[in-house]
Amino acid sequence: MRRTSTPWLRARVASAWLETRTARTLVLDVPGWPGHDAGQHLDVRLTAEDGYQAQRSYSIASASATDRVELTVQKVPRGEVSSYLVDVAREGDELEVRGPVGGWFRWTPDDERAVSLVAGGSGVVPVMAMLRARQQAGSTAPFHLLYSTRTPDHVIYADELYRIATSGTGVEIAYVFTRGGLPDDVRAPGRLTAADVAAVEASIGRPGRVFVCGPNPFVETATRLFLDAGHPASIVRTERFGPTGG
Amino acid sequence: MDDERVLDGNVLAGDLGAVFTAEMTSATVTCAGCGDAGALAQAVAYVDAPGTVLRCRGCEGVLARVVRTRDEVWLELRGIRSIRVPAPTVGASPA
Repeated sequence: MRRTSTPWLRARVASAWLETRTARTLVLDVPGWPGHDAGQHLDVRLTAEDGYQAQRSYSIASASATDRVELTVQKVPRGEVSSYLVDVAREGDELEVRGPVGGWFRWTPDDERAVSLVAGGSGVVPVMAMLRARQQAGSTAPFHLLYSTRTPDHVIYADELYRIATSGTGVEIAYVFTRGGLPDDVRAPGRLTAADVAAVEASIGRPGRVFVCGPNPFVETATRLFLDAGHPASIVRTERFGPTGG
Repeated sequence: MDDERVLDGNVLAGDLGAVFTAEMTSATVTCAGCGDAGALAQAVAYVDAPGTVLRCRGCEGVLARVVRTRDEVWLELRGIRSIRVPAPTVGASPA
């Protein structure tokens, strides 16, 4: 055999913290982790004492590093793996990971085109990896993040996003709150609209690449809005996550 | 198709990576039913069946099923007429 497929690696939880009440970031020490491109995934495998195994695919949250990787996991109802990662896993706990995998939903810093990131809920995780990779590389590609959550309390990475947006490095961030915002918000709460998408072009010009990640209905709506605004389908890359399996 | 439980082919990256050496979510697959061609990542994925069922975004026909057991990955590809992946460029050294 010329090569073996991506191997399972031992991972140890180095630290973890809640981002919101139901989303938790886990920093994993993974000896042998080769680094990754922003937007790629890893598979997590848990093995119970009786040998029962459960496996799920998660987007990687961090910019590339060797031997270390960060996940942000949204707890989903009755999700056996996400419940463990959000509620149970402690520093020092071990699990298995395989990756990086995937290559369709991916951004690399050699791409100088303007990028429109569109995230619904915890769909922000892989696009956060893209923002972090951009900042890590010192890329000057114009970036715009359109981030939709139910309320401001549901925003993941709020502090880091604020720092990136105010760093003067060419990243603009716009929030869409679907259920309720803050008292002085100009935009009334509600789902993503054509005006939100038009504001992207006003900010960074015509994007060369659009990355959309969120639940399926969000991805369908956002993609349609971009196509309706005259953006070619060939520049739009999408990824759906959902409460299934978890 | 506004069901939150519906995912897409991106979710199969790991299991297909255990079978193929090429990165398969970026592969262009052609539906045997309707002839629609697109990235595997953009096909519709249902993950709450036993295993994952991949369906064509054009005609909803079954493209593939992937079932993972404790020690095997079982891949059925009956709905895919062809798979296109980038080939290594001429002159590249063998892996």
